[in-house]
Amino acid sequence: MNSLSGTNKLERWLWPILATSLFLLLWRYSVTWSGTKVFPSPGEVERGLAQLVQSGVLYHDIVDSLRRVAIGYLGALCLGIPLGLLFGWYPSLNRIVNPVVQILRPISPIAWIPVAILFFGVGDDAAIFLVFLGAFFPIVVSCVDSVANVPLIYRRAGINFGLTPPHLLARVVFPAALPQILVGLRIALGIGWLVVVAGEMIAVDSGLGFLIIDSRNSGKRYDLVVGAMLLIGVIGLILDLLFRRLETVKPVRWGFRNES
Amino acid sequence: MPGPLKTVRGIADLVPHGLIVKYVVASVFRVTWGFFLAVLAAVPLGLAAGWYRRAEMALNPILQILRPISPLAWIPIAILWFGVGDLAAVFLIFVGCFLPLLLAVISAVQGVPAVYINAGRNFGLSPIALMRRILFPAIVPRLMTGLRITLGIAWLVVVAAEMIAVNSGLGFLIVDARNAGNRYDLVVAGMVIIGVVGLLLDNAVHSLERASAFRWGFEEKA
Amino acid sequence: MSASTRPTSATQGPTRNVRIKLRTENVSMIFQREGKALPVLEDIDLEVGDGEFVCLLGPSGCGKSTLLSAMAGFLTPTGGKIRIDGEIVRGPDPRRIFVFQERGVFPWLTVEGNIGFGLSKLSRSERAKRVSYYLQMVGLEGFEKSYPHELSGGMKQRVEVARALAVNPDVMFLDEPFGALDSITRLIMRGELLRIWQAERKTILFVTHDIDEAVQLADRVVVMSARPGRIQQIVPIDISHPRDISSPRYLELRDGILGQIGLAHRL
Repeated sequence: MNSLSGTNKLERWLWPILATSLFLLLWRYSVTWSGTKVFPSPGEVERGLAQLVQSGVLYHDIVDSLRRVAIGYLGALCLGIPLGLLFGWYPSLNRIVNPVVQILRPISPIAWIPVAILFFGVGDDAAIFLVFLGAFFPIVVSCVDSVANVPLIYRRAGINFGLTPPHLLARVVFPAALPQILVGLRIALGIGWLVVVAGEMIAVDSGLGFLIIDSRNSGKRYDLVVGAMLLIGVIGLILDLLFRRLETVKPVRWGFRNES
Repeated sequence: MPGPLKTVRGIADLVPHGLIVKYVVASVFRVTWGFFLAVLAAVPLGLAAGWYRRAEMALNPILQILRPISPLAWIPIAILWFGVGDLAAVFLIFVGCFLPLLLAVISAVQGVPAVYINAGRNFGLSPIALMRRILFPAIVPRLMTGLRITLGIAWLVVVAAEMIAVNSGLGFLIVDARNAGNRYDLVVAGMVIIGVVGLLLDNAVHSLERASAFRWGFEEKA
Repeated sequence: MSASTRPTSATQGPTRNVRIKLRTENVSMIFQREGKALPVLEDIDLEVGDGEFVCLLGPSGCGKSTLLSAMAGFLTPTGGKIRIDGEIVRGPDPRRIFVFQERGVFPWLTVEGNIGFGLSKLSRSERAKRVSYYLQMVGLEGFEKSYPHELSGGMKQRVEVARALAVNPDVMFLDEPFGALDSITRLIMRGELLRIWQAERKTILFVTHDIDEAVQLADRVVVMSARPGRIQQIVPIDISHPRDISSPRYLELRDGILGQIGLAHRL
């Protein structure tokens, strides 16, 4: 419920632009007023980014980060979804595994960094492993919950039509749980993106996370620090938007209509 | 890689020095401050932004771009502004909690059924009274869930922040144990303690969720 | 109020002389709730004939839905036996389909997909033929490709009925199927159900708490009492279809059941 239900097109553009310009102005003038020599103004960030684009460094960093997320996330999908469905399907199995999951889950993927480095050394594999860990647990948990939340009525209807357990899983439980699973997968992708940046700050020497740390350590280039942060934000937003398009596919959309 | 036995012995090693208590307290202290400041800032702002559609439209692009940025990416800025120390860690936790919480509150407010609002208006409530007496209680169940998730994030962030920005706490324990002599038994011991404390925090909020005053929202779903 | 319906004991079985399709023998059900034993059903003895339309009528909480779920095999009675065609019911079976309120329609499938759900063993063309036949029977031509969220409550209920009919079951269990519909749609749906029943001659067990609905539809109305649920009376409705719902006999039967349940005719 909102204070107003209908807003015209003009407002939809007007307010965001107004707020963003205000934000940029505030940023620019607080840099001037405070007289800081280190923290960059928006203009300096822009120039810093342009420099990186020209030198080609930026492109490589972006590709490196995206590659690590893609591999780690896909691995988490391939392992997490079947396991999650399995545990959701057999509650007794879940009760056995759950304590382990609950203890492992709150451990920051970052806390695994030393372990990752021990296993894989400094490099791609360590970062991929961290992304995998970060995405894996949310995926498993969301699959378990989604399957458990499938209304009894659907299962009964499926059983009534004589479906065997594998068919019941494939034709009733999975499609019924899919909308909720997709939400979990989207959140897991977001976490993967958070983790890769964090991992790159410590465990590798390329990628956007490394760019941040490196820019700070080698010469306090805070214009590049802030520029890289903004870039991380924009790419994360794009990933999220791409994933949301999946949720509007017709057989999936039912779950999202009911919510509103 | 240490086995379970070595890990247990690692934990036992930490106990006599009182280090373990000191580090747990340090981590929990930072989480508490960062988390509460984030709640204090995000809930009122979220109520307002959820209620005034224009405010939400205006803030949305900035929120959406800031959200995917790992709280750790703020570390250089945190150190620049606050120096190495508690304040930097608290700031990082604040940054990590504020946005998810704000977005959770906004979507909770937008999910409040129109009938409640209309009923409130019908009884002649002013906008402030409407927020206090209708909107806030109506979002409490979803707010509790949001708080639980956010506290989880806070715990993730503090560990990471301590690995870089301070020199005490459980995150520091892990890095320190590795750097000072590859004591991987202590590394894994630290991870286990982190997991256990995180679980305890989660359970604490969970039992708050179950408190009867908030439970109406959860029963509705069943 | 003088109920002129016949006494119950003699009419445990169907009125017409047909083969017994379903029989419950001393069925009882006890739920365990927080350590306490909660009797839900007690001593249910009932015989349902082949092709008969029986309504289970009672206040909410009288266990009528539990009885229906047990007959369909979703629950196992804690005492007694349920037999269909002489065989003890051991679980759900595609030969007897349970129709839930319209909530049972699968929201991720189209109307076509829902109706054809139980037909995966048939060839594609055979399946398409069956689907379109039942689609027509429930009057949903033109909505083949629609998703349930695009349909009204009454249309969703038709989809569920068609989905059940498509697998050609002997028995259909309907659990307050029209409970969520508005009263006009409900009246229309009753007519449609009767038309379909007369065409297909399935055995139907129909749970409702609406006295008029029961008297309009059923061959026999099983009136149940609450906590624990027992059969209070079985009322044969000896009016031929189509029923005139203002005829004296209709009103007499209805008022008799009203009195049975302990409600006065006047509010």
